[in-house]
Amino acid sequence: MAMITFRINRYNPDDERRGHYVQEYQLDVEKGTTLLDALNEIKWKQDGTLTFRRSCRSGICGSCAMTINGVNNLACETQVLGLGNSTVTVEPMRGYPVIKDLVVSLDPLVRGILAVKPYMITHSPPPSDQERLQSPEEREKIDGLYECILCGSCTSSCPSFWADKEYIGPHAFLKAYRFIADSRDEGSREHLEALDDRHGLWRCHTIFNCVEACPKDLNPTKAISELKKELVRRKLG
Amino acid sequence: MTNFDPETIHDVEGVPIHSVHRHDVVIVGAGLAGMRAAYEASSEFDVAVLSKVFPTRSHSGAAQGGVAASLANEEEDHWEWHMFDTVKGSDYLGDQDIIETLVKEAPVVVREFEHMGCPFSRTPEGRIAQRKFGGHTKDFGKGGPVLRACYAVDRTGHAMLHTLYEVCVKNEVRFYPEFFALSLIVRDGVCRGLVAWDIINGGVHVFHAKTVMFGTGGYGRVFKITSNALANTGDGLSLVLRAGLPLEDMEFVQFHPTGLYQQGILVSEAARGEGGYLLNKDGERFMEKYAPSKMELAPRDLVSRSIQTEINEGRGCGEDGCGVYIDLRHLGEDKIMKQLPQIHELAWKFLGIDCIKEPIPIQPTAHYSMGGIPVDIDCQVLADGKEKPVRGFYAAGECACVSVHGGNRLGTNSLLEASLFGRRAGKSIVRFLRETRAFPELPSDAAEEALGEVERILSADGSEKVGIIREELQEKMMLECGIFRDAGKLEKLTGGLRELGKRFEKIGIDDRSVKFNYDLLEAIELGHMLDFTELIVAGALRREESRGAHSRTDHPDRDDDKWLRHTLAWKRDGRIEFDYKPVTITRFQPKERKY
Repeated sequence: MAMITFRINRYNPDDERRGHYVQEYQLDVEKGTTLLDALNEIKWKQDGTLTFRRSCRSGICGSCAMTINGVNNLACETQVLGLGNSTVTVEPMRGYPVIKDLVVSLDPLVRGILAVKPYMITHSPPPSDQERLQSPEEREKIDGLYECILCGSCTSSCPSFWADKEYIGPHAFLKAYRFIADSRDEGSREHLEALDDRHGLWRCHTIFNCVEACPKDLNPTKAISELKKELVRRKLG
Repeated sequence: MTNFDPETIHDVEGVPIHSVHRHDVVIVGAGLAGMRAAYEASSEFDVAVLSKVFPTRSHSGAAQGGVAASLANEEEDHWEWHMFDTVKGSDYLGDQDIIETLVKEAPVVVREFEHMGCPFSRTPEGRIAQRKFGGHTKDFGKGGPVLRACYAVDRTGHAMLHTLYEVCVKNEVRFYPEFFALSLIVRDGVCRGLVAWDIINGGVHVFHAKTVMFGTGGYGRVFKITSNALANTGDGLSLVLRAGLPLEDMEFVQFHPTGLYQQGILVSEAARGEGGYLLNKDGERFMEKYAPSKMELAPRDLVSRSIQTEINEGRGCGEDGCGVYIDLRHLGEDKIMKQLPQIHELAWKFLGIDCIKEPIPIQPTAHYSMGGIPVDIDCQVLADGKEKPVRGFYAAGECACVSVHGGNRLGTNSLLEASLFGRRAGKSIVRFLRETRAFPELPSDAAEEALGEVERILSADGSEKVGIIREELQEKMMLECGIFRDAGKLEKLTGGLRELGKRFEKIGIDDRSVKFNYDLLEAIELGHMLDFTELIVAGALRREESRGAHSRTDHPDRDDDKWLRHTLAWKRDGRIEFDYKPVTITRFQPKERKY
């Protein structure tokens, strides 16, 4: 058990004049308490106005991504005592418009996803009474790609996104590559089209922030470099 | 009926009222059932999907182990075997005509997911891979466990959910993410739309629709230990009750045997399907005593009761003695990391346990609602719970009771049910809309109930706290309406719920703004939870037998003479009224249920 001070960055859209400010809360925290548990405890027992997204609390829905001691992570997967400080700073993920307290707009995320035609494109009809075949080796190529939970941690940490709000973003590149790498997909050209754009792939400067930020240990930078290779190959070929 | 006119509805200070949205189909819930229906209907009609969370954050995504279909990709299997297992698993309360449809259509539904792009794991021949799961057997229960659960590693729900979002985007389904349904508009047996709250901006929106479909999911959050998301508060169920419609078989609540100790977070049944053992604190593989033939792969109700018995008799582990272990060590690092990586990650992140080296402490966790909104085989909601449909109103998935799970659901049958009946709902909506050109009339008071509720809660300044009442509700439900029940506990709980209901009238909230106000939403959700929870408890008290997940220590036997029937319950003027309907039995006569 330890007394922890939570320094939470707050913003009330009905009080524009006050703008963003920091409010401190204190809570006794025991081993096993996640940051989401702590935020819930504060909301339910101390201050009902504190606002954050949450749902599954088991790291699969992606709702509670926020900036914790300067690093993007899921609150539900963050052990408070594991942070090793008596003060924990919590902020909304940077780069996205803040709606209220720790809640940010998902619009940039969705815009990026929609740009890459985020669905399997096939031209030949599927076999009527069975699945399309895919060998375990072919299937393995989309491991590390399909697991994305769309939490937005990667794109929020990306300097290219900070500089260009129209930037498609690593989360969407990962999605695009998930289909291009899928042996069943026949629409590489269509997925790639949107990426060869001034808000697209070439804005990535391989800074690897997205890799560091991903709570699911995925590697958008690797997907981006594969996509770049694919685009160049197509241009030359 | 006078027509709805947004200009004339009563004004709530500070709450913007938005004009009416019109769609052919309005679906509430963006999980597997809701999005599967949306995908189906959107090829022909204008479909809107409202969801209290962003679609890919729906709780279907937390399902891990698999989706059942007798594809026979790995070994011999038949829909008749799947049917027998589902009927027996349901403790003979499932309707067999509907179960037959479920198991016969399952292969088509799963293959369609593959065609949409779902990244299933594969066999060496390149087909969809399948694994073992509890209660799924060969040869009408006479053989061992069968490879029937189609899977995508241990993230099957996630893979299916994201695939559906993708194809819905492709079909240009109109999403309203972070919209919260406040009330249904049902008049004269016709569903005319619904009223919803825009969470992000605040404000009441009226949705005028030719058809409404609910895929609103379950309500695990009324229990202290649950695998369910914070969003799973069963709102859809009480919206239906408040519209004067019944709910079916609400006393049947599934406790999943393996939730992470004290957290309740799901440890997939795939962990046992792949060969994991259950051990008590003395290291005994105790399932030998309870299910000598199927062991850890007995159905969930039986395994949960076995674990709870070990705990009650003092053989539990952990600081409060309320856990047992699931041991995966003998599977080896390769198999764990290849087939169960998410389990490894969850045990590590939430308990600090490396399951390659240590067993994982677990405990039973409230997981799934077998009961729900009574619907027919075409997913039409039934006004009398039996045969009279509410025109234009559909439901599918966990919120519905069709009934394929009866008293106890088999693992992997829920992803199947949600997607299969979501698809059926979509198809029956399409049939309805092809014949129905006009929108039903919208009554002038369509938004009054919803506005009244928002106004009442936004101005609530009593001394009671929502969080505290909810916590007490969750503790009481766990203790008095959990795995083992008896008349004494249930009667006490009936009084307890009444008290909580009175205290709920005296709540106060802190946040009075309209933008992203979860303080408001959590209060509304608690109102829903208190409403339908009464039906669970009353149903459990009346059903004086033990069947499936409903286990009465004062009535330990199944009583087919009296209770081989479905419970229907309404709430009228604050009182609960019951009716019953027979179970449909076709191929398999009820027998003693042994594993």
